[in-house]
Amino acid sequence: MKLLEIKNIRKEFDGLSVLKDISLSVEEGEVLSIIGPSGSGKSTLLRCATLLEKMDGGELIYLGMPAATADINGNSVYTSKAELKQIHKHFGLVFQNFNLFPHFNVMKNIIDAPMMVDKVPKEEAEKIATKILRQLNLEDKKDAYPFQLSGGQQQRVSIARALALQPKILFFDEPTSALDPELTGEVLKVIKQLAKEHMTMIIVTHEMQFAREISDRIIFMDGGVICQQGTPEEIFMTPNDRVRDFIGKFGG
Amino acid sequence: MNYFALVQQLASGMVVTVEIFVLTLIFSLPLGLVISFGRMAKNPVIHLITKFYISIMRGTPLMLQIIVVYFGPYLVFGIPLPQGYRFIAVILAFVLNYAAYFAEIYRSGIESIPKGQYEAAKVLGYSKAQTFIRIILPQVLKRVLPPITNETITLVKDTSLAFVITIAEMFTAAKQFAAAESTFVPLLVAGLFYYIFNLLVATGMETLEKKLNYYR
Repeated sequence: MKLLEIKNIRKEFDGLSVLKDISLSVEEGEVLSIIGPSGSGKSTLLRCATLLEKMDGGELIYLGMPAATADINGNSVYTSKAELKQIHKHFGLVFQNFNLFPHFNVMKNIIDAPMMVDKVPKEEAEKIATKILRQLNLEDKKDAYPFQLSGGQQQRVSIARALALQPKILFFDEPTSALDPELTGEVLKVIKQLAKEHMTMIIVTHEMQFAREISDRIIFMDGGVICQQGTPEEIFMTPNDRVRDFIGKFGG
Repeated sequence: MNYFALVQQLASGMVVTVEIFVLTLIFSLPLGLVISFGRMAKNPVIHLITKFYISIMRGTPLMLQIIVVYFGPYLVFGIPLPQGYRFIAVILAFVLNYAAYFAEIYRSGIESIPKGQYEAAKVLGYSKAQTFIRIILPQVLKRVLPPITNETITLVKDTSLAFVITIAEMFTAAKQFAAAESTFVPLLVAGLFYYIFNLLVATGMETLEKKLNYYR
């Protein structure tokens, strides 16, 4: 089943075209990585898909429910607030800078949204959170505040926070870019673990080797368009000079 | 010098001073938050009105504002000044003035919260109200505590401006006694009172700041 369909997305910032007619879809259980140079539109694509940014044109559909449809001119028309709220439940997003809530401890960071948004009773929310924390090897950190954690631990907590809402799709926006190389590994390990459990994921990353290992499919973006897409093998063995050049620079 | 009379007069003035202080804070702290929303509003009319309001409140002497609030209704509309209006006018003027300063403090606090906090809350499904109350406001309060302390200390001393419409607060009482008895002592006592009052305020605020130090 297709969990996400994006059709002909267009996005402009002050007349500058950042996304030019991009389409893609993601099947259940699929891991899709998006790579490409800075300014290629990867993050904007993710922000449009997670409704943080409004796209100018194109369609966005989650599990067959349209978040935005295109009018006759191809311009995006978003659905009602109530329906968007439902659609929000289908996905989670892990940010580059974690964006944990500093005034909440780890446990509260994870259970607050389920309790406030989905009205899950506290005990149940804590049970789910404890299970996730155990999986991510963070059980002993449940009372810590974000500032007491390393970057890698903070990013793992933010993954736990996203998982607690039991999303169908998890987006990652350069999840290791704010981490030093030593801490990158622990976060990548968690994402790999999720891939094994067949979590559907869309990952914007600069970690080429990692993308190669875990992705079912890789998209290479440049200048607001999809330059090339395919299996990791196809991308890494591509004859396309632009793609090869880019991968080479990142030591892929 | 009649020390008993001195203590009695200063004490009643002290009560008025504390009343002005407490009532001003109770009303101006929440009002300031509302005004800061207006200041940040996208609606240009609301935005301009609040901006103008703040600039008048900050740009003219509080003493003048007290006079205007007290005499304004009579001079402009010919409404006779009722008995208890003197004290109400003082509180009204102080609240309107301090809310303007607090509004700017809140605004700076709200604008200093990283955009990522709003985005994280949005993706997690929080409503706008939930985001503000649960995520943003607690962090804002922590950040604005030091400048709020500053304003609060200024307020303690500003209460003496109420003398301009002959409210018998602490300083007025001290001045009257000093003039009547030709002695400097009451003014020194008043000074000591303001100092101790502010010491308490500063200590209280410091304790509050420490309490919020459990996170960064």
